[in-house]
Amino acid sequence: MSGQVASAGERAEKLQGLGSARKRVEDARFTQGKGNYVDDIKMPGMLFGDFVRSPHAHARIKGINKDAALALPGVHAVLTAADLKPLNLHYMPTLAGDVQAVLAEEKVLFQGQEVAFIVADNRYVAADAVDLVEVDYEALPVVIDPLKAMADDAPVLREDLAGKTEGAHGPRRHHNHIFTWEVGDAEATGEAIGRADVVAREFISYQRVHPCPLETCGCVASMDKVNGQLTVWGTFQAPHAVRTVASLISNIPEHKIRIVSPDIGGGFGNKVGVYPGYICAIVASIVTGVPIKWVEDRIENLSATAFARDYHMTGEIAATSDGTITALKAHVIADHGAFDSCADPTRFPAGFFSICTGSYDIPVAHVTVDGVYTNKAPGGVAYRCSFRVTEASYFIERMIDVLARKLDMDPAELRLKNLIAKNRFPYTSALGWEYDSGDYDTAMKKALGAVGYDALRAEQKANREAFAKGETRSLMGIGVAFFTEIVGAGPIKNCDILGLGMFDSCEIRIHPTGSAIARLGTISQGQGHATTFAQILATEIGIPAENITIEEGDTDTAPYGLGTYGSRSTPVAGAATAMAGRKIRAKAQMIAAYLLEVHEGDLEWDIDRFQVKGAPERCKTMAEIAFASYNQAIPGLEPGLEAVSYYDPPNMTYPFGAYICVVDIDIDTGVTSIRRFYALDDCGTRINPMIIEGQVHGGLTEALAIAMGQELAYDEGGNLGQSSFLDYFLPTAVETPVWETDHTVTPSPHHPIGAKGVGESPNVGGVSAFSNAVNDAFAHLGLIHTQMPHDHWRVWKTAERLGLTA
Amino acid sequence: MAKMHVKMTVNGKPVEALAEPRTLLIHFLREDLGLTGPHIGCDTSHCGACTVDLNGRSIKSCTVFVAQANGAELTTIEGIAGADGAPHPLQKAFREHHGLQCGFCTPGMITRAMRLLEENPNPTDAEIRNGISGNLCRCTGYQNIVKAISAAAAEMAGAREAAE
Repeated sequence: MSGQVASAGERAEKLQGLGSARKRVEDARFTQGKGNYVDDIKMPGMLFGDFVRSPHAHARIKGINKDAALALPGVHAVLTAADLKPLNLHYMPTLAGDVQAVLAEEKVLFQGQEVAFIVADNRYVAADAVDLVEVDYEALPVVIDPLKAMADDAPVLREDLAGKTEGAHGPRRHHNHIFTWEVGDAEATGEAIGRADVVAREFISYQRVHPCPLETCGCVASMDKVNGQLTVWGTFQAPHAVRTVASLISNIPEHKIRIVSPDIGGGFGNKVGVYPGYICAIVASIVTGVPIKWVEDRIENLSATAFARDYHMTGEIAATSDGTITALKAHVIADHGAFDSCADPTRFPAGFFSICTGSYDIPVAHVTVDGVYTNKAPGGVAYRCSFRVTEASYFIERMIDVLARKLDMDPAELRLKNLIAKNRFPYTSALGWEYDSGDYDTAMKKALGAVGYDALRAEQKANREAFAKGETRSLMGIGVAFFTEIVGAGPIKNCDILGLGMFDSCEIRIHPTGSAIARLGTISQGQGHATTFAQILATEIGIPAENITIEEGDTDTAPYGLGTYGSRSTPVAGAATAMAGRKIRAKAQMIAAYLLEVHEGDLEWDIDRFQVKGAPERCKTMAEIAFASYNQAIPGLEPGLEAVSYYDPPNMTYPFGAYICVVDIDIDTGVTSIRRFYALDDCGTRINPMIIEGQVHGGLTEALAIAMGQELAYDEGGNLGQSSFLDYFLPTAVETPVWETDHTVTPSPHHPIGAKGVGESPNVGGVSAFSNAVNDAFAHLGLIHTQMPHDHWRVWKTAERLGLTA
Repeated sequence: MAKMHVKMTVNGKPVEALAEPRTLLIHFLREDLGLTGPHIGCDTSHCGACTVDLNGRSIKSCTVFVAQANGAELTTIEGIAGADGAPHPLQKAFREHHGLQCGFCTPGMITRAMRLLEENPNPTDAEIRNGISGNLCRCTGYQNIVKAISAAAAEMAGAREAAE
């Protein structure tokens, strides 16, 4: 028998399994400049694609002259809608049941829309040719304000939908109306609000922002005409879904399409969608017979692919005079831009916005969401969150603070009074979600204790008195936020995208010498899957993580999966990994029983081996079992040691947390300093604490960006004001504070290892905490609510409005 | 377009090539020399993913023409490991302290940090944050990057003392 010398503790440590702060296996190549991102791909004969884009937000195309561009040496083709139309590729289906123009046909509907696709020797010639294409536009009136999109006299945007009164999500009642989505009990909610002691109302806008990963979107498409095989390398968060969509659009059989996601330089939702650039690159490769690279620049990224949010929410929250919440009502105008390309599960056109009752025991609620078209870029992705969960969480967390002001109650006290009690889980919310597990009270109290909340409030009181006396020009704000996410979409019974159930998968092969490879249907964009999925497996099958290769992103080799977004990798693919590992272990047990000449039931699993109960010295390690599976003819068992699991989760997971932010606002400049930010996260079982902390740091920094500065703002003519990093706020190391992280652990009862997912929690909870802090700084002066982003200008304007400026 | 003859030293090796004068240095490095470590994140010299070292200064190679680098001495992420191939203390520290996630900003960030530590071998955290403020990261929130640079500075100081 081998391995007798090492103690159980040493053996467990060697595995670097669940809970280990294992260093990342990805880092060697990234720190040496040896990553392989899509723009690093270079192929013989490869040409470059580039777009002619619309300068107008709404205009009729009267003519396109491509002669001068085609005459430029090095230009191979200029594609327009007229070229795509015979192939029926001038429009493509969107994930939301709408269509989107690949190249504009008769009209352009947003600034930056794709009008023509240049194919040239290199990116310089392509850029020269873009300038030589002459497009004759006739400008049309624009719709920019979503609240005015359904006015009687609003211009008709989507002429291609003329007369279409039934949309993908029910009846359309106006030419710029996409859908109305309703959930909850309208009557009971209305009644509860009508008889309430206190009702607080507020209009809360969540501005249009952009996920803005550091790497933009792009692809290399290569059509092998001899074999009829299409290969596309690209920035895809869901490679298998892209393959299926590509097959449906192009009529190339799915087995002749290979989609590969190489290293991805951040996603945050930006890389979920299918963009015109991908379609044009594929068509151009089919036309020219050579590989085509298309990589958008940053202006194109910010102005044409995948905005997020743009939710305009009117809320009413009712309570008894002692602060017990009795009802919640929300109405949302959702600006989806020119085409409904939102990335949501089919049956959820407003995503999981109905998680908006948040972490509170609210008996009745009612939500309606109206989606509208405007002359803005399409997108509507979940920017580092599950579908519309950030909007929902921001809405309820602001509404709670607004109610606290109305009740003249401390916002932390109001939260504690209404948090769902531990003994109520699994808890079914008024809007129908079954929260899997939670211990909110413990988390909230731990957070309040950690920051010394009472002392902070006392300090704030003194600060306000000093401010009133003119002894300081700085105001202190304290933001309290509690959040519950809904992630890990999701059960096939209610979650699909384009009819594809949102399961995920893992396939494991154990090699004869006791190492392994596991392939998954997900794809890392920085989350460290190659590190953490190996840890899950190490604990399940007793093979050290360092001996397990994790591979994702190649549809020819990976099992089918729905990809990585909405914090679904750990809840769904992580579960599939554990389940596939258990299948391996079950067969390993049979092999061990044969080798040890005992009954299977006489064996027990111990870290990395099966041993005979009561006689642990009689054992077979996983490495020994692996070798035996390849070299012994075992009666009744096939050779080899492999397993695959397709995991359909029984429920979503519900990570939660309590965040507290302290700010100091300089009244004369509007500059807000983040003095302190404390984040307590409960993501269930913790797989790798180092990676969890890193995810929280990053998510909080993105929340800081959104709350304090990010906005895609269009002027009255539909011109986008933020199309580079000069105007679009990304925090540097200087603006970013030091984050304090903490945790509690409440495992998910339905997940095989109890994990819930964490990557998006800090964004979901963080935005509310920052915004609540800024609003709180002015609360004693009568401020109820100001809209984000809380940049210096807006904060200064708030101070001015309140008569505080000199 | 007429091409010009350019000569420079890249990662210690002499390089000669014909290039259009308007070619940006980042494209020359990535597409002509195959050095794909430095990345393109913004095109406007804000993000720093393209940072390389030119004649002892950090520069953003997306806004420098290859013509401007004629005769220069350049170092990219591919050239900062030791002569024996051992990783630079910064490369080790970024892994050790989880100073990267998607890896896209990492080559520029490490190349910038290398120059920062040449300029200021013993920086405070605030000096590190200021020193890397031309390099954006969307994943890490910088906290572990600061930790990694600080740890590398300490290791390099220790190595210098040992050598003295």
